[in-house]
Amino acid sequence: MAILITKETRIIVQGMSGRIGGFHAADMIKHGTCVVGGVTPGKGGEVHLGLPLFNTVREAVEATGATASLVFVPPPFAADAIMEAADAGIQTAVCVTDGIPSQDMMRLKRFLKRYPVERKMRLIGPNCAGVITPGVGFMGIMPPHIYMPGRIGVVGRSGTLGYEAAAQMKVLGIGVSTSVGIGGDPINGSSFRDILELFEADEDTDAVMMIGEIGGPQEAEAAAYARDHMKKPVVAYIAGLSAPKGRKMGHAGAIISAFGESAQEKVEILAAAGITVAPDPSSMGVTMARVLEMRAAA
Amino acid sequence: MDIHEYQAKEILARFGVPVPRGGLAYSPEQAGYRARELGGSAWVVKAQVHSGGRGAAGGVKFCRSADEVHQFAGTLFGRQLVTKQTDANGKGVYRVWVEGASDIAKEMYLGLVLDRKSERIMIVASAHGGMEIEDLAEDDPDSLRRMTVDPAVGLTEFQARELAFQLGLKGGQVAQMVTILRACYRAYRDLDAVMVEINPLVITGTGDLVALDAKMSFDTNALFRQPQIAELRDRSQEDPRESMAGDHGLSYVGLDGDIGCIINGAGLAMATMDMIKLAGGEPANFLDIGGGASPERVVRAFRTVLTDRNVSVILVNIFAGINRCDWVAQGVVQAYKEVGLTLPVVVRLAGTNVEEGKAIIAGSGLPLIAADTLAEAAAAAVAARPRAAA
Repeated sequence: MAILITKETRIIVQGMSGRIGGFHAADMIKHGTCVVGGVTPGKGGEVHLGLPLFNTVREAVEATGATASLVFVPPPFAADAIMEAADAGIQTAVCVTDGIPSQDMMRLKRFLKRYPVERKMRLIGPNCAGVITPGVGFMGIMPPHIYMPGRIGVVGRSGTLGYEAAAQMKVLGIGVSTSVGIGGDPINGSSFRDILELFEADEDTDAVMMIGEIGGPQEAEAAAYARDHMKKPVVAYIAGLSAPKGRKMGHAGAIISAFGESAQEKVEILAAAGITVAPDPSSMGVTMARVLEMRAAA
Repeated sequence: MDIHEYQAKEILARFGVPVPRGGLAYSPEQAGYRARELGGSAWVVKAQVHSGGRGAAGGVKFCRSADEVHQFAGTLFGRQLVTKQTDANGKGVYRVWVEGASDIAKEMYLGLVLDRKSERIMIVASAHGGMEIEDLAEDDPDSLRRMTVDPAVGLTEFQARELAFQLGLKGGQVAQMVTILRACYRAYRDLDAVMVEINPLVITGTGDLVALDAKMSFDTNALFRQPQIAELRDRSQEDPRESMAGDHGLSYVGLDGDIGCIINGAGLAMATMDMIKLAGGEPANFLDIGGGASPERVVRAFRTVLTDRNVSVILVNIFAGINRCDWVAQGVVQAYKEVGLTLPVVVRLAGTNVEEGKAIIAGSGLPLIAADTLAEAAAAAVAARPRAAA
């Protein structure tokens, strides 16, 4: 089953006729992802990559039965595109766009709350690499060949560090059920905790690799959730042990601006919640292997 | 993006926040002239730099004559003001603000920030102001009052009133505080700010509220729709290396070590810095080359890293997704030749087109040190430092 993307997930791409959207949509299709159409306002009726384009998400959903949308829309228009997806009944939207104004995100998150739980859209990202269920399909910009199908869930803010974790595990023969990039922005769609909840309920996931970084409260929230509600083991790594306070490290959200936001403090919070923390970024794979062995022996 | 105090005051005044009368000076003569123009018998002269802690650093002075204003301003212009928030180089003073001195009965704190937990604008206030919010949070946490604003409704009057009463304000001060709070909120929202701070917000001898200092910071992602704010950018207050890198699509943060880093992705860049530290070295910088980097952008990254004279070895670590290892490898080879590199360079490539990339590195005939894993790369970089051998 895995999470968020299955063989049955019908996907549209908002911004598919753009250069970047088209490039990645083509790669997704090449790797067997079930892409059913695209949305570009004003290009409805045209065909791109052999698929129909629609003017609105609502038309696309009605015509194709799509339940998921990948958003490749430039920053000034991205929040609006995501709200359109939510209003059209899309269940999962993944937004790769980097550089959405934070007040747009604030309004967007408020907007998503207007829908009842059963039709509330789940947003992944923005400013993320996307979601991949190896061997099934992906929505995003990751290189699918580095992932081996398996039973470990991966969730992280950083795209490249997620690749690093998947590659380290692959060398050890450990595969991935689904890998989710939640993005590096200060306000994002799904949190670490939201994704842990999905992995805990997923029959095809045995353990979770969580890759956090400096800034924000989400790792601490996830730690409390794992301690109180999870049976599956969680292995974590927090990037930014050497990052100075008050400086933005690439990601808009990677900045230590409050208590508990440094890597050291987050490591302590996670360890106190019973999460095994990899001591350095090159030992994410071996730490997971050790935890799995201990589980198997117990 | 930060702006100067006087700019923040001008903006907030437009939204209805009372601020003291003042004038801007670009020279000591002009500062003295401003004092005479403003009139009165006492002035405050304030260095305009993008940093807090200016008072303690000697950048602010209470003056009793226009000559004293002139004289003190003369000591400020051209000086690098080093505060506890700046690095050792400090920030250059090129503008000075002269303000009529205020009669201060009480100092309070008011700040609006983006709260990541509630994902809303949070108002933080305290009846005790004048010190940095970090110190306030440590010394007197119980004095801090916080409330968040629903973006769909905006700041309501009752919320603003509640806060005013919590701060112990009385009579006409409550209405003044409501006006100030709503003005700050509107300025924050309408101009895509990420921070508004009035510290101190004072009660004068006559019982009126005045913003004695003001700070605003803006969302760089929203500057495309705030052209009048974008114009306020002051490059003299930025690290020249960081702004140059930014102009070229690179994200760069200068640090104190000697191992130059060229990496793709913010997370991997931070992780590589961590790995260097654990291997016994110190990173010279954070640098993310971004996605889809061309050989030219890689060359630019080398040039940026090499502007730091402390750099004694360069570590390139790429896990390519939308990047291509062969392009990066071409960039490394090109940089070696164009820049005339003499420093050791460690290259670790993984991901898209890795075999092609590795072949370019191996076939280049250059003394590049190849590494397969993150740990190997960090260890090789630390070992390659000339100082490590000495």
